[in-house]
Amino acid sequence: MKASSAAATKKNSGNRRTPIIELKLYVAGQTPKSLAALSNLSKICKEHLLGRYKLQVIDLVKKPQLAKGDQILAIPTLVRKLPMPIRKIIGDLSDLEKVVVVLNLRENDGAR
Amino acid sequence: MATAKVQQIVNSRRTPQLEKTRSGITGFDEITKGGLPKGRPSIVCGGPGCGKTMFAVECLVRGATQFGEPGVLMTFEEPAEEMAKNVVSLGFDLKDLVARKRLVMDYVHIEPAEIQETGSYDLEGLFVRLQYAVDSIGAKRVVLDTLEAIFSGFSNQGLLRAEIRRLFRWLRERCLTTIVTAERGEGTLTRHGLEEYVSDCVILLDHRVDEQVSTRRMRIVKYRGSSHGADEYPFLIDDQGFSVLPSTSMRLNHSVTKERIPTGVKDLDEMLEGKGFYRGSTALVSGTAGSGKSSLAAHFADQTCSDGKKCLYVAFEESPAQLVRNMRSIGIDLEPHVKKGLLILEAWRPTQSGLEMHLLRIHKLVESHKPAAVVIDPITNLIGGNQHEIYAMLMRLIDFLKAQQITALFTALTSGANKDLEMTDVGISSLIDTWLFVRDVELYGERNRCVYVLKSRGMAHSNQVREFLMTDEGIRLVPVYVGSGTVLTGSARLSQEAREKAEALQRSQSIEERRRSMAQRRKAVAAQIAALRASLADEEARAGRILVEDERRESRILQDAMDIANHRKSNSIEKRRAHSAG
Repeated sequence: MKASSAAATKKNSGNRRTPIIELKLYVAGQTPKSLAALSNLSKICKEHLLGRYKLQVIDLVKKPQLAKGDQILAIPTLVRKLPMPIRKIIGDLSDLEKVVVVLNLRENDGAR
Repeated sequence: MATAKVQQIVNSRRTPQLEKTRSGITGFDEITKGGLPKGRPSIVCGGPGCGKTMFAVECLVRGATQFGEPGVLMTFEEPAEEMAKNVVSLGFDLKDLVARKRLVMDYVHIEPAEIQETGSYDLEGLFVRLQYAVDSIGAKRVVLDTLEAIFSGFSNQGLLRAEIRRLFRWLRERCLTTIVTAERGEGTLTRHGLEEYVSDCVILLDHRVDEQVSTRRMRIVKYRGSSHGADEYPFLIDDQGFSVLPSTSMRLNHSVTKERIPTGVKDLDEMLEGKGFYRGSTALVSGTAGSGKSSLAAHFADQTCSDGKKCLYVAFEESPAQLVRNMRSIGIDLEPHVKKGLLILEAWRPTQSGLEMHLLRIHKLVESHKPAAVVIDPITNLIGGNQHEIYAMLMRLIDFLKAQQITALFTALTSGANKDLEMTDVGISSLIDTWLFVRDVELYGERNRCVYVLKSRGMAHSNQVREFLMTDEGIRLVPVYVGSGTVLTGSARLSQEAREKAEALQRSQSIEERRRSMAQRRKAVAAQIAALRASLADEEARAGRILVEDERRESRILQDAMDIANHRKSNSIEKRRAHSAG
């Protein structure tokens, strides 16, 4: 796992109307929960968001000052910065179905 | 032996004595005998609006400004901006402290609507933020303002409790003096039972309204490893922050002096052994309306200030300007004293706040001005609560003043029937050292003022009732006329005095006359005696003559008889002679 700004950006040239989804995953060190969250997230992204998302992983142990900005309390927290409104999912994201619903990814699937 | 062993165990377990850190809050450090437990979490709980946040913030500010202990203020309900604005009224400039790196503010905002939970998590984010804030300025104190707000943001209560327990352990390990505020729950100290985790010190704040008057009170519910005052202490939040009124001076161990302090009325001093009150004693001037209590009090204040000492005058009936004007009418000019800063005139309405608040305000004034004498005019207006409360609070005030050797003069308004005048104040009489009683005497269509010393501990005071006159040169005492069961004052006294003078004159005239007639009588009697004597002598002379004639006649009869006997040769003659001779 990269410390920060591990961005995986790919452009989907075929569909310009679907906005890019901006995600931030906050973790604190390489705890089992953090690792689980990261792997779960990668799975979801691969399945639903291929090519139209930005992901930033922030390790608060290294950059504690960043916790304030997104009002992080629980670890791990996944923040969907874009599109508005901001959504937060806390926990290791083990309930993939719920993550998909909360991030509102299904709709985008249909559009595609 | 056993106790020694226990002591050893206690010693080895932790620091030998519970270390405390001063909160800097007036009065709080006294009732807790040193302040908050150092390096440990304390909990401040109470209902909404009772001043929990104010208490916590003041601890931080005082720590940062007075004790060199920077602090972290983590708020869960109020954004930092608003918090800073709210405490400006208490004279705290949080922004300045932040700029000077004495304080860090972090607002933890929890929006349950935008948070979803999937799978397991912990609150490491909170720890990270706290750690970061503490490290950034080397903080020694931490305030978590309404930590319980996190209970609304997360559904997993079991996890939250575990994390809170971990948080308190974490705070202890880092030796952070922490104050956690918590809302009071129903039947419990805090809504979510936080007191289970913070067992070192629990402070309960309370805000009560009795008869439309609010009183704030504080109680130390628990203080592990330390003795503390267990009472409910009233506290005040004003423009100088938080202040608690301690009542620790309930012991009667004031030092005393023989020093006297004049009353300001020369004649009154005369009644008190010619010297006035003892310094540090408590005097009460009680009386009916308009009997001159305030004037006596003003005299006392004037005298104290003229002697170059400070006097605090708390008026509950008149504004300072009005008092100064009114006292000028009896020749007391208080204004120069006010200008010189010797006389501190404070006036506020007695209905403004509860009894305890008044006393707390007086406390604060005394602490800031350090006067030699305090006048409270009148204490009867303070009375709002029940008799017991009044008694307790007055005792606190008196003890407080005595401990600092401040001479106090209270005035008290009495009302009711004449007989009960002294009765109404019996409740506080035991607290009073010198009690002056001023009363109106209504007689022959006028009211006049009388004063007497009802009691005065430790001196041979006068037991005389004196009439007191308010002249334009102040109060003057004159002796009243006491006679045949009535006390005469005013013009009745004057007319009585005139009458007495006339009577005396009359009496002296009649004595002279009687003396003269006596002399004449003596003369008359002497003349009579002389006359009687003369007539007596006359009678005696006459009687003598008669006696001589009788004797002569008798002897002649005897002679005749003898002659006859001789003639008859009788021997009975001898016997008869002997008889008559015998």
